[in-house]
Amino acid sequence: MRRLDHVAELGFRVAAFSSAVATVGIFGFMAVLGYPLLTDGRLVEVLTSPWLPDQGAFGIFPMLAGTVLIASLAVLLAFPLSLGCASFVVVTGPRPLAGLLRKTVSVMTGVPTVIYGFVGVFLLVPVIRETFHHGSGMCILSAALCLAVLVSPTMILFFVDSFERVPLSQINAVDALGGTPVQKLLYVILPQAWPGVITGLVLGLGRAVGDTLIALMIAGNSVAIPHSMLDSARTLTAHIALIIAADFESLEFRTLFACGIVLYAFTALTVLLVRTVGTARKGAR
Amino acid sequence: MSFLRDLPVKSFVRSLMVLVASIGLVSVAYAGATDMFAGESGTIKISGGTAHIPVMKEAAKRIMIANPGIQITVAGGGSGVGIKQVGEGLVDIGNSGRKPTGDEIGKYGLKMFKWAVDGVGVVVNPSNSVRSLTADKLKAIYAGQLTNWKELGGADKAINIYTRDKASGTRAVFWKKALGKGEITATANFVPSNGAMKSAIANDPYAIGYVSVGHIDESVTPVALDGVIPTLETVKSGTYPVARGLYSNTRGEPSGLVRKFVDYLFSPEGQQIATEKGFISAN
Repeated sequence: MRRLDHVAELGFRVAAFSSAVATVGIFGFMAVLGYPLLTDGRLVEVLTSPWLPDQGAFGIFPMLAGTVLIASLAVLLAFPLSLGCASFVVVTGPRPLAGLLRKTVSVMTGVPTVIYGFVGVFLLVPVIRETFHHGSGMCILSAALCLAVLVSPTMILFFVDSFERVPLSQINAVDALGGTPVQKLLYVILPQAWPGVITGLVLGLGRAVGDTLIALMIAGNSVAIPHSMLDSARTLTAHIALIIAADFESLEFRTLFACGIVLYAFTALTVLLVRTVGTARKGAR
Repeated sequence: MSFLRDLPVKSFVRSLMVLVASIGLVSVAYAGATDMFAGESGTIKISGGTAHIPVMKEAAKRIMIANPGIQITVAGGGSGVGIKQVGEGLVDIGNSGRKPTGDEIGKYGLKMFKWAVDGVGVVVNPSNSVRSLTADKLKAIYAGQLTNWKELGGADKAINIYTRDKASGTRAVFWKKALGKGEITATANFVPSNGAMKSAIANDPYAIGYVSVGHIDESVTPVALDGVIPTLETVKSGTYPVARGLYSNTRGEPSGLVRKFVDYLFSPEGQQIATEKGFISAN
């Protein structure tokens, strides 16, 4: 038995070590390839200027704006939807219906992104185009709506889990005091489950920022700085997918590493933020 | 009730007959140029130009049916990707819808094989009433100066411009020969392949875009440029000016299986596939 323990421990150690090395290694790779941008002081220029390759300008500001707008709008749409859905599943919904909904949501988390993108192109885009009479329908709003559908299952499952971790004794206490389900949700479950809700929210945001295909298929990929929700826009991820083609030595290609570093830094920051919020709350209690 | 029971059986028998007949036809048709692959085995990796894909897929299918020992993979990415990947040795054949530049040929020692000629046609949605444009109007549209279909005799709707990314050979040829290297507005929508362009235009009644003439079918309507409609005939005769060669590039002189694949593209059967897919034979 001891031998088995050793082998298992070694296996776990290798797994932990290699995943950590991969994460750090990828960052190192991007930092090395993006280094020329940092040294000649071009990073700020790249982050703030427009993308006009024919005129030698390779700024990624329009893509930054596109990513921020699409991802935050998607989460803004998905958050109330997910919170409501989770509350229904755990607290207010009748048993069989809530169970069915929960299973449906679990299945939805596994649907490949390209399916959502495909449905978006053929169903959502024409509706948006004909409703608002502005542009091609391939726009920030369409992409955000589609992304909201993509990220909500993840958020709902996280919310449901954190709701269910609230101690049963407290829930029973509310019932004993004659509290309604809504009171139970507002005064006991939500205040207790808040860190889990934040974690789900941030994970949803991370997924929205990191998703490539929906934006590539639906947002229109224009390189102009968007001025309205109905304008076509390009995200950092879609930009990388579209430009990966070009010359490996060119400045154009190098700026892709700026995109990569920004995406990486964003994810790292949000995760750290969530951790800090989580531990601060635990410490306060 | 009996006719209901008969129907599926009949149609099944009919499709079975069609199937058998087509297998017969197939084996007759395939016993030709694919003979040269007899006894060969191995893999060929192809990537690059998206205009080439229908021909590459059909050629790959026929060769792989004739000789199951051969594996051929066909990927897109655009002309820039094709040239880059074949140059870096990531694929065996890199397709491009433009002639590789002198730099690219020199740097990688590329060998070019131009096996067909293709046009790049301006297309709109079939519901659009605008069917012809002058080159100046086209330039104005793509520069973002002409923004409403009404100004061209169409509906009172904003023009939705679609373009390709910089790795696209189709874009390179369109930009050079149709736009005279004019500006393409930053507000244009970007699509990543000829196929994606076609489905974008087919879905957007107010769209304008450009595709390989080989990709034009009933889902999109070609627009006459200075009075010339982009078709096989006008590209062939040279009256439609926005044309280019379709190239398959290898690093250095190809050998073995790759050489045979290139030869197959130039064989009567390979050229017939190119013609069937809407391109003009290079021979």
